Amino acid sequence: MAETAVSSPSAVAAAQPASASGSLLNAITSRLVIMVPYLWLLFFFLIPFIIVFKISLSQTAIAMPPYVPVLGVGEGISGFLAQLRELGIDNYVWLTEDPLYFNAYVSSVVIAAISTFLALLVGFPVAYGMARAPASIRPTLLMLVILPFWTSFLIRVYAWIGILKPEGLLNQVLLATGIIDQPLVIMNTHAAIFIGIVYSYLPFMILPLYSTLEKMDFSLIEAAQDLGCTPTGAFWKVTFPLALPGVVAGCMLVFIPAVGEFVIPDLLGGSQTLMIGKTLWNEFFANRDWPVSSAVAVILLLLLVVPIMIFQSAQARAQEQGR
Amino acid sequence: MKSLGSIRRDFAPWNDPDAKPYIAFENVTKRFGDFTAVNNLSLSIYEREFFALLGASGCGKSTLLRMLAGFEEPTAGRILLDGQDLRGIPPYRRPVNMMFQSYALFPHMTVEANIAFGLKQDGMPKPEVDARVAEMLKLVKLEQFTKRKPHQLSGGQRQRVALARSVAKRPKVLLLDEPLGALDKKLREETQFELMDLQQSLGLTFVVVTHDQEEAMTMADRIAILDRGEVMQVATPAEVYEAPASRFVAGFVGNVNMFEGTVAAREANTARITGASGAEIVVENAGEAAAGNAVAFAIRPEKIKVSSRKPEGAANAMEGEVFDLAYLGDMTVYHVKLTDGQVVKASALNSARVTEDPLTWNDRAWISFRPDAGVVLTR
Amino acid sequence: MNATWSRFNITSIVLGFAFLYLPIVLLVIFSFNESKLVTVWGGFSTRWYGELFRNQGLMDAAWVTIRVGLISATVATVLGTLAALALTRYTRFRGRVLFSGMVFAPLVMPEVITGLSLLLLFVAIGLDRGFLTVILAHITFSMCFVAVVVQSRLMTFDRSLEEAAMDLGAPPVKTFFQITLPVIMPAVVSGWMLAFTLSIDDLVISSFTSGPGATTLPMKIYSQVRLGVTPEINAACTLMIAVVALGVIAASLVNKRREVQRLRDEQAAQRG
Repeated sequence: MAETAVSSPSAVAAAQPASASGSLLNAITSRLVIMVPYLWLLFFFLIPFIIVFKISLSQTAIAMPPYVPVLGVGEGISGFLAQLRELGIDNYVWLTEDPLYFNAYVSSVVIAAISTFLALLVGFPVAYGMARAPASIRPTLLMLVILPFWTSFLIRVYAWIGILKPEGLLNQVLLATGIIDQPLVIMNTHAAIFIGIVYSYLPFMILPLYSTLEKMDFSLIEAAQDLGCTPTGAFWKVTFPLALPGVVAGCMLVFIPAVGEFVIPDLLGGSQTLMIGKTLWNEFFANRDWPVSSAVAVILLLLLVVPIMIFQSAQARAQEQGR
Repeated sequence: MKSLGSIRRDFAPWNDPDAKPYIAFENVTKRFGDFTAVNNLSLSIYEREFFALLGASGCGKSTLLRMLAGFEEPTAGRILLDGQDLRGIPPYRRPVNMMFQSYALFPHMTVEANIAFGLKQDGMPKPEVDARVAEMLKLVKLEQFTKRKPHQLSGGQRQRVALARSVAKRPKVLLLDEPLGALDKKLREETQFELMDLQQSLGLTFVVVTHDQEEAMTMADRIAILDRGEVMQVATPAEVYEAPASRFVAGFVGNVNMFEGTVAAREANTARITGASGAEIVVENAGEAAAGNAVAFAIRPEKIKVSSRKPEGAANAMEGEVFDLAYLGDMTVYHVKLTDGQVVKASALNSARVTEDPLTWNDRAWISFRPDAGVVLTR
Repeated sequence: MNATWSRFNITSIVLGFAFLYLPIVLLVIFSFNESKLVTVWGGFSTRWYGELFRNQGLMDAAWVTIRVGLISATVATVLGTLAALALTRYTRFRGRVLFSGMVFAPLVMPEVITGLSLLLLFVAIGLDRGFLTVILAHITFSMCFVAVVVQSRLMTFDRSLEEAAMDLGAPPVKTFFQITLPVIMPAVVSGWMLAFTLSIDDLVISSFTSGPGATTLPMKIYSQVRLGVTPEINAACTLMIAVVALGVIAASLVNKRREVQRLRDEQAAQRG
C-alpha cells in the first residue's frame, strides 16, 4: 500500500474553484513554511560564506573595514571589471609561504584526531554500559550525560584550569598521596588540550553511540558466543560493526568542531600551542588582518568539507530510516 | 429457484436497474510515481449499503478509501458522491468522515473534545454540540469516560471514541479503515455486530477496508475483492463464497480445491470436465464454459464427502488415500491424495461424538461430491 | 537483566560520570572558598557571591546575555520549527538538498568560521555591530538546533492525526494550530530551552558579532579568565550552573511525574 501521505502542493494547486480560496491559502502557507527559514539561512549562512571567500581574495588596507572593498555594484560594469583585476590569491600565497599556518592546520587536525580517538575510547565503554543498564535507570543516565552539555562550555573548560595548573588540585592530590614528588606539567601542553576536548565533547560521542547500542539486540552477542565466538571476537564481529553508524556520527561530531576549536587551546594550551581556530582569532582580533583570516577560514572549511559530507550523509541516511 | 441466501434479502439495490449509485468510482486510476495503486477501476456503492473492500496489503483498497476521503486525488477518472464530482474538494469540505486504523485520537484532548471537534469546525452552537456529544457518548456507551484523555482508555474504548467522533457529524458516508484491526479476537467479534447495529440504526452508508475475510463476510452487504489495483469481483458474501468469479477469488476467500481441466462436453447446464490425468467430473452449473475451454473446477472442502468405500450412485467419486488429517474438534479435515497425485482437502462435521469406522493415515479413501457442489471457473 | 549488567559496565559508567562531573563539582566547592588563592582551601565563605553582585560590569553583561537569549531563542524556535516542518513535510522542492545542508551544517561548523562570516556580512551590509547583530547571529546558529530537535519529533508524528482533523472539517492552517502544534509542543519547548542555553553560553560567535554596549557574560568571563582564575568567576559560574541545573532537573521531574501518571492511567485503562 502506498502509505506515504503525499498531500503534495501540486494536488492542492489543481483544485477547482469550489475550494480555490482554501487551496490558495494552503499554497501560500506551504510556500511560507519553506521560504522563511530558507531565505533566513541563505542570507545569514550561505551569503556570509561567499563574502568570506570574496574578502579572502582582497587586499589588506589600513581602514575601517580593514580591506579594500571588492566587487561592489556601485561603479558599474567597468568598475566591476577593474575590481576583478584587483582580486588575487595573494593571501593564499601568503598562507603557504608562512609555515606558521601550515603547521597550525596540521597540528589542528592531529590534535583533533587524537582527541576524537581518546573520546571514543572513553565514550564507548560508558555508552555500552548505559545501553546495558536496567531499562528503568537508563533515562536517568541519559539525563546525566546531557546535563553537563547544558552548562556553559566556557565554564567547563575553565574548571580544568584549576585542576591542571602546576599548583592545581590534581598535583596537590598526587603530591599528597606520594605518587609523584615533582608537580606534573600538564597545563599549557597538548595533554591539557586532549583532556579539554575529550571532556567538553564527550556527550557528543556518548549520545550517538548510546542510541545505536541501545537499539542493538544483545541476544546477537549470545548467539555469536553460542556459535563459538570468544567475547572479544563477538565484540569485534558483532557489536562494533552494528555500532558503526554511532561511531561515525560520534567521531564526526567531535572531530569537526575540535579542528576549529578556539576556547580550549586558548585557555588550556597556552601560547605554544598552534591551532587554526586560535590562529584565525589572532589574525582577526590582534593583527586585524581580515583578508588573511578569511583565507584561513576558507582553507579550514575546505579541510572540513569531507568530514562534514560524511556527517551529512550519515544524518540523511538516519533520517530516511526514521521515515 | 435456488438462492445463494442473503441475510438482508429485502435490501439489494444493486439488483435494481433503476437504483442510482450513491458513490461511483468511474475509471479511476491512481499512480504513485511508477507504482500503480489503482488501475482503471469502476465501482458503484449504494445508499445505506455496508460495503467492504477486501484484499491483501498493497491491493489498493486503502488508496480507494483515501481518495474518497480526499487525502489523495485520482490520477485519472472521477469519483462521484450523490451525483457530485469530488475532484478538487479538499478533505475538510467533503461530507464523508473516516475512522482511522490507528484511531488518530487527538492525544491532547479529552474524549468529549475529540467527539466535539468536527462539530465545532462546522460552527455548531455550543448547546447543540453538547447535546450531540452526549448522544454519541450514549450510543457508544462511554458516558462515564467523558473527561478522560485517549491514553487513559483501553483499546476497545478508544475504538468506540474514534467511531463516535467519526459519526458525530452525521456524514453521508462513513469510511472505516481496518476498524477492528487493533482489537483482540474476542472483542473483534463482539464489535462486528455493534458496528452492524450502528449502521442500521443511523442509516448511514459504510465503506470498510479490511484484509480479514471473516470480518468482511460477517458485516458487509457486498464485498469488493481487490487485487493489484483492480476489482476481481463485487458480490454479496454468499455469492463471493459460493460463486466466485475467478480462480483468484475462489482461492482468496476461504479454502478451496481446484481441479484444472478441459470441458469435454457441454449440454444445457451440464458439463463434463476432463482433468489432465483423465479423471472426469460432471458439473451441473457450468456457467459460460463451452466445450474445449480450459477451466478450473472449484469446490469447497465442506462439500466433499470422504468415505472408506466407494459411495453408491455418486455423480463424482475419486479414489485415493488419507495423506494427512487434522482433528479440530467441531470438524475433521482430511487431506486425500488422489491416484493422480493431487491432494484434496475435505472437511467433515463431527456431528456425533463417536465415529464408526474412522479413517486414519494411509487408509484407502473415496471422495465424492454432487454435480452442483462446485463451480466452473473460466478466468 | 542485572546479570548482564556486569561489573565492567558499572565501573565504566561510574568512571565516565566521575570524569564528567568532578571538575564541575570542584568548581562549585571552591566558589565557597574564603581564600583568594583559588585552589587552596581557606574555609567556607560566601563572600565572593557578595563581590559578584557588586560587580557592575558582570551584572550588566548578565542582563545583556539574558535579553539576547530570550529574544534569539524565541525567534530561533519559530524559524527552526518552520525549517523542521519544511524538511519533514515537503519531500520535494527546488533546493531541498541545499536547504537541508544549511540546516545541518551549522551544527558542526567551527564557531570561528560562523562568527567571522556573520561579522563580514554585517560589515558588508553596513549594520553596526551591537545588540541586534548578536541576536541575529544567535538566531542563525540556534535555529538549526531547534530544527533538529523538532524534526526528530515530527518524524514520529502520526500523520493520521492531521488527516483526522481535516476529515472532520478543519482546514490545514487550523489543523496545524489545533492539532500539530499542541502535539509537538514538548519538542518545541525543549528546542527553545536548547536555543536559550546555546545563546547564553556562546562566546566565540558573540565575540565576533558584538559591539560596544553588547558585551555578554561569557565574553566578560573570558576576558577575566585570561588573566587567571578568580574566586569571583567561580561564584559566577556556580550561579550559572545552578540556574541551568535547576531548570533541567525541574523539567525532567515534571516529565517523569507525567510519565508515571500516564503509565498508571494506562494500567488502569487496561484493567477497567
